[in-house]
Amino acid sequence: MSVRTLPLLFLNLGGEMLYILDQRLRAQNIPGDKARKDEWTEVDRKRVLNDIISTMFNRKFMEELFKPQELYSKKALRTVYNRLAHASIMRLNQASMDKVSTFLKDKVQNSNGRFVLPVSGPLPWGTEVPGLIRMFNNKGEEVKKIEFKHGGNYVTAPKEGSFELYGDRVLKLGTNMYSVNQPVETHMSRGSKNLASRTQENIAPNPLAKEELNLLARLMGGMEIKKPSGPEPGFRLNLFTTDEEEEQAALTRPEELSYEVINIQATQDEQRNEELARIMGEFEILDQPKQSASKGDDLLAMMDEL
Amino acid sequence: MFRRERSISLRGSAAALCNNLSVLQLPAHNLTYFGVVHGPSAQILSAAPEGVPLAQRHLHAKEGAGVSPSLITQVHWCVLPFRVLLVLTSHRGIQMYESDGSIMVYWHALDSGDASPVQAVFARGIAASGHFICVGTWSGRVLVFDIPAKGPNIVLSEELAGHQTAVTDIATEPAQGQDCVADMVTADDSGLLCVWRSRPEFTLLIRIPGFGVPCPSVQLWQGIVAASYGNGQVRLYEATTGTLHVQINAHARAICALDLAPEAGKGTWTGHCSLYISCQDVWTPILPPCFF
Repeated sequence: MSVRTLPLLFLNLGGEMLYILDQRLRAQNIPGDKARKDEWTEVDRKRVLNDIISTMFNRKFMEELFKPQELYSKKALRTVYNRLAHASIMRLNQASMDKVSTFLKDKVQNSNGRFVLPVSGPLPWGTEVPGLIRMFNNKGEEVKKIEFKHGGNYVTAPKEGSFELYGDRVLKLGTNMYSVNQPVETHMSRGSKNLASRTQENIAPNPLAKEELNLLARLMGGMEIKKPSGPEPGFRLNLFTTDEEEEQAALTRPEELSYEVINIQATQDEQRNEELARIMGEFEILDQPKQSASKGDDLLAMMDEL
Repeated sequence: MFRRERSISLRGSAAALCNNLSVLQLPAHNLTYFGVVHGPSAQILSAAPEGVPLAQRHLHAKEGAGVSPSLITQVHWCVLPFRVLLVLTSHRGIQMYESDGSIMVYWHALDSGDASPVQAVFARGIAASGHFICVGTWSGRVLVFDIPAKGPNIVLSEELAGHQTAVTDIATEPAQGQDCVADMVTADDSGLLCVWRSRPEFTLLIRIPGFGVPCPSVQLWQGIVAASYGNGQVRLYEATTGTLHVQINAHARAICALDLAPEAGKGTWTGHCSLYISCQDVWTPILPPCFF
């Protein structure tokens, strides 16, 4: 509808992307001289962010962005961010741009997707506290005042936010909601308890996706599956913090991201072991940029942490 | 007071637009029609008493020459002396249907001639006044259509100038004798209200200035203008003089709709923060004419 909305949308989403990247790269912060070849240093982090920011605020691009135009489609905007994120040495995987569960963690959103609107807190600048009726006569003099209960608990805004280039905005909009390391409040559902507590301990995880997958494959290959006696044969792996999150992610997963399910039977059968070895070989990540092979792999799992 | 009735499910979402619910009561047929817009379509639902849904229909905005689909801004039933028409306003123009949405009887394309490239062009704000239908536009102009007793011979009879910014809502009430001359009020994005009379011809009576916030929704009843504003306030003015008589700090966020139950003499309004407030206390002191 509006032909002036695209810059707002682009800058907001782009800004959020920068906050996320900054936070995840900081989690990897290792002093330059002690870093291994595959670890991210402070210098790397600054370089990645510098590359992306300079691409984002490139003069020509800004001029193009601010021209009055219709909003891009979701797909088109997604492509723009993909290109933007890859303007640096960093590589991201597809899934990392899909899932954001911060709202769920912060209780801003319910698990059914609905947003929680608080009935307390500061009011927008210019709005008075609800609950007052004032009556005036023909001369404009106030003749009566009535108060009524409205069930909320609001306070007026302390001051108007600054519109200058630098200033106190008063609001939290546009600030970094990833900067504080908040404790992950998990709903302790059956089966995911161990996983949840492990995540809470690992504030700075060391995600080497390849090694994790290798370990998994080793475990699965060496395991003997007994005849199913109980209700749940084998084990169920949940890569999310809680079962609810897994369901939520499944619901919000876009159609385009197709994936194949490979059934792996980890028995002692020789033939099956060959099959397994072949599949393990397929776990190799093919698309590796020449500049930083292993750093790109790290980012896969890093973005999945979000 | 008010009693909550059984809920009716819509077969789709409702757009986050102001005044996005229109209701037509047909007591003779024991029917109630509901209209809601979302994107390029409008959903028309008919329900029996007790909220039993009967039929649903989707109406679509008429496509224009452009690539992007037209979005509907509002749907509203206009009750005229001899007929009821369903009016749809969109970014391309104005569509008028028979009351059940079955046949389109009239199409008016908006003239975007003097709009700058950055300006969104649309129609918004619909009300019936006698045998006229008034529709607001993006420029502030109000289009007045002359509606015959039956048939599709609808004519654009005049354009009213009074607003400088896009019209948000129009409210009318039947003129009652000489005392209540004002029978139409229009509101716009700047918060300005224009009060008009329709007989013998459309005339601007008075302007009620805004105070820096939009007025998305307005009602007119017994010579009283009820206007809801973007800062959560509801204000009641005397229509003929524009005098402010009541100011209510009703909501914590912008109010998106304001409605009136004329027989009961009461109003309700809904705000963005979803608080429900009864205004019974408010209307009672206003009713006796000697208050003014």
